[in-house]
Amino acid sequence: MITIVDYQMGNLRSVQKAIERVGGEARISSDPREIATAEKLVLPGVGAFGDAMTELRRRDLVTAIADFVATERPFLGICLGLQLLFERGFEHGEHEGLGILGGDVVRFELPRTMKVPHMGWNTITKTTQGPILDEIADGSHFYFVHSYFVRPTDPSIVAMTCDYGGSFCAAVRRGNLMATQFHPEKSQADGLKLLAAFNKIAATTEGSIQ
Amino acid sequence: MLAARVIPCLDVFEGRVVKGTNFVNLRDAGDPVEVARRYEAEGADELVFLDITASHEERAIILDVVRRTAEQVFMPLTVGGGVRTVDDVRALLSAGCDKVSINSAACTDPDFVRRAADRFGSQCIVVNIDPKRIVKDGKEVWEVHINGGRKPTGLMAVEWAQEIERLGAGEIVLTCMDADGTRDGYDIEITSAVSQAVSIPVVASGGAGSPQHLVDAIRDGNADAALAASIFHFGQFTIAETKQAMREAGIAVRL
Repeated sequence: MITIVDYQMGNLRSVQKAIERVGGEARISSDPREIATAEKLVLPGVGAFGDAMTELRRRDLVTAIADFVATERPFLGICLGLQLLFERGFEHGEHEGLGILGGDVVRFELPRTMKVPHMGWNTITKTTQGPILDEIADGSHFYFVHSYFVRPTDPSIVAMTCDYGGSFCAAVRRGNLMATQFHPEKSQADGLKLLAAFNKIAATTEGSIQ
Repeated sequence: MLAARVIPCLDVFEGRVVKGTNFVNLRDAGDPVEVARRYEAEGADELVFLDITASHEERAIILDVVRRTAEQVFMPLTVGGGVRTVDDVRALLSAGCDKVSINSAACTDPDFVRRAADRFGSQCIVVNIDPKRIVKDGKEVWEVHINGGRKPTGLMAVEWAQEIERLGAGEIVLTCMDADGTRDGYDIEITSAVSQAVSIPVVASGGAGSPQHLVDAIRDGNADAALAASIFHFGQFTIAETKQAMREAGIAVRL
């Protein structure tokens, strides 16, 4: 059973439907106990960084998510759910993030001819291997919609990059934690492949990503 | 490389996809979910549903269509038509659509765009701009119209697009009314002027009659995506053929 964190930021239903499509079971929850003790956790999200942190705090979910990640169980962050893992976000002022990963979330600084948000289908390049990543072909298209991107302090956690006026981090991986800037639930066959691979990982150490 | 998007637009009337011109001679073209699935299989990058149901009481129907589509189709879904309040936006997003397109209400109440973007994020707020070429004081201007092109607003397309960006919209769908329905091609001049005046993505709309027109919109019109209805609905061209033609013209597409 996959638990999807509900903090009123974004469309949880599409994530749930996509997981069900690949044969998984998913429940939506905002209960800190259910989240801390979940088998596998998905942190989705769209919207502003600061608002998202306020909503997580209001629901007592900051510690719950940190407790979950500390146990090395499978975790998938999507879009804002990737960005929130970092220490600081700079969307409408500086905001403290979950701080699970070191680094910042910064805005694209691009020539005026390049549109922000970075919106649409772009190709990824894999920079590491592993059970989920192995299912995805280099050069696959995924659907992105974001104006900010993550800059991890530790470059070894970068799992995929994407190019938009320069290379940026499209996915991270650390142990059983994986998070993507793109939306697998909106990326048709390749997105479903990624979710299927996440769904397949057993919540035990022998099924761990590393 | 970021791909230029090809976006089929489906007119939905009382829960069915319809084909017709200016709300006249509407013909049933199937169940929206089935049509959406077919377009997904053909390689559409996104889908737009335009709710042309006249009465506000029938909003529940489009919500049900969105819900059923979102269960089976895994690509971004935008709904436009009659979106006037923050509650309308909320209802559509919670039904499973990813972006909501605001048209007339943006002109009559620009602050609504700001409120919606503040509440739900710019990424899900699209504004439709429908300009028409008008001669005023001996000079051609591109005046924004509402109510399906019937009502002039006094707003000029380029300035209005910049205002929309400032209010927090994440994307513009630009339907040039003189080209719409002609199948003679998009209005490249207006599309290019608007696209270069803003830093948010612009979707060209109105006038597509062949894959070449989508090539023109992206290459010469500087559009980030092209929306089309009739060329796909009538089976004249498939989305895959259209994308192939775009690739041959040197445009990055997802095939």
